[in-house]
Amino acid sequence: MKNNTLNSTSKYHAIKVDPAKCFGCTHCMKVCPTEAIRIRNGLAVINDQRCVDCGNCMRVCPADAFYILQDDLSRIYDFKYRVVLFPSVMIGQFPDHISEGQIYQALLQLGFTHVFEVEQPIQWLIEAIREYHRDHTDHRPLISSFCPAIVRLIQIKYPSLIDHIVLVKAPHDLAAHFAIEKLKQQGAREEEIGIFYVAPCSAKIVAVRRPLGEKESIVNGVINMNELYNRVMKVVSKEEPADNPACREHLTREGILWCLPRGEARLFKKRSMAIDGIHNVVKMLEKLEIDDVPEIDFLELRSCDQSCAGGILLSGNRFLTVERLQRRSRHYPLAAESSPEQEIKEKVVGRLAADPIAPAQVFRLDADLARAIEKMDKVNRIICQLPAIDCGACGAPNCHALAEDMVMGMAKMSDCIYLQQRWQKEGKITSNRAFSNLEKTWGEGRFEADCNKKGARNEGF
Amino acid sequence: MAVELTYQVKGGDFSHAGDASSQVKKVLKQLDIDPKKIKSIVIALYEAEVNVVAHALEGVIRVTVDEEKITMLLTDRGAGIPDIELAMREGYSTASKEVREMGFGAGMGLPNIKRNTDLLEITSEPGQGTTVKMVNFF
Repeated sequence: MKNNTLNSTSKYHAIKVDPAKCFGCTHCMKVCPTEAIRIRNGLAVINDQRCVDCGNCMRVCPADAFYILQDDLSRIYDFKYRVVLFPSVMIGQFPDHISEGQIYQALLQLGFTHVFEVEQPIQWLIEAIREYHRDHTDHRPLISSFCPAIVRLIQIKYPSLIDHIVLVKAPHDLAAHFAIEKLKQQGAREEEIGIFYVAPCSAKIVAVRRPLGEKESIVNGVINMNELYNRVMKVVSKEEPADNPACREHLTREGILWCLPRGEARLFKKRSMAIDGIHNVVKMLEKLEIDDVPEIDFLELRSCDQSCAGGILLSGNRFLTVERLQRRSRHYPLAAESSPEQEIKEKVVGRLAADPIAPAQVFRLDADLARAIEKMDKVNRIICQLPAIDCGACGAPNCHALAEDMVMGMAKMSDCIYLQQRWQKEGKITSNRAFSNLEKTWGEGRFEADCNKKGARNEGF
Repeated sequence: MAVELTYQVKGGDFSHAGDASSQVKKVLKQLDIDPKKIKSIVIALYEAEVNVVAHALEGVIRVTVDEEKITMLLTDRGAGIPDIELAMREGYSTASKEVREMGFGAGMGLPNIKRNTDLLEITSEPGQGTTVKMVNFF
């Protein structure tokens, strides 16, 4: 392994479970695309090797028990120049009557000194991706590296496709460098500049904090987009402020559309495809793995339905967000016609190449083939005993996952409630024993009659 | 020690053609087999599976994985292959118009299987059925 290859075992995750809110309802466990969640002691537990931070668990949680770590907003005052760097999808989620100008104004009121939309120097990114496409002809289709949840998914589940990923950094990296260079031009010193990135989703937060394919992140802090949305809504003035064009000086049509479906794919004149929704992406990657796709040049794969407009940290309706952004984009020039400073370009473009991504074997049963075969054989024999109802009452998402957990030493036969029933009928265990087994998964007292227990009234559903 | 897997294949059921190969792919990944080898195995098995769907009435796929190799045995009941040598040629196809319109039966099946397997044995009884044995070493 090369030195600059990221250590795949160092995992950081933005999504956490609040034990005070979670009541182990299994919704999250059922939708997780990598089967990373189990219920233990009545609470959802995330396997950090498998989690790709897609946020689907958070989306379906009826108890609002998942939360996303973020930095304290007051940290911005550690810096003289406080840049709020946000993807333009943020503008799209606000109701129509709140203008760009009002949003910029509100952000300045919240303590930032500079407002900066991420996608401004997008033309340089377009050029970098096209160059990569020209120079890397061995692998087709190339797969966009824009969505960090998809990059992680490929890393753990589709390692044979890693070489298809375009190793070019994300727009927020480029924008951060661009903002720093611009402020330096105006006389700021680098250590006086604090870059605060506003994240539309959990995966971007992880990508910013612990970037895959990059040595370190250039961003000083991360703010959740829903948090900032609430704060802006609170302080936004009803008056239209004087226009502040510096915030969007180099913004282009392509830039605004970048994070929407086909935002990248539309730039490929040859055959390209855009797929959103992680479960749809999985289907395509399965086909791609066995070469069962026509000749395609470029694949844009995004974890969320409607791409970033459906980001887990956005507040508006995703379709309205898309519509507002499409309308907004029409008022902006084409990227090819924009010309951010050439002088800065030279400093920034050289930093766009991302480091290689190492595969992570998180689904293998054993590193030793003989032992793995033994375990697989055991899984197949255990499966015969399980009911194939996939009820989740054992704390695993389905019977097959439970069987795998068993051979990995993370679950027992007695975790299956149907097997327990059978054993009781056959007189192999007492009902007391069966009940205490159940409480090990679901927590003591979980099955007492209680009209006020969490989830009992379908709250939040 | 070996892992044994069995799949039933229904002739004419194109919407489920490939189910067995994707199951096998999942198993091989969990066994941590080299991704490049998995790719060849699954491409070969997929082609063979589609052949059963396209040409036979029904078939069974028996897969055995041990430490050295994977053995895939496809036995079908159906038309059989009258001239195996001819069928092995690139571009040769007996697939019906309907099958081709579905995007299958381009006639690359057997040569593609041969390219992706280490051992390939085909025996066929016209009017009875075909047996295809494929072996890939790890």
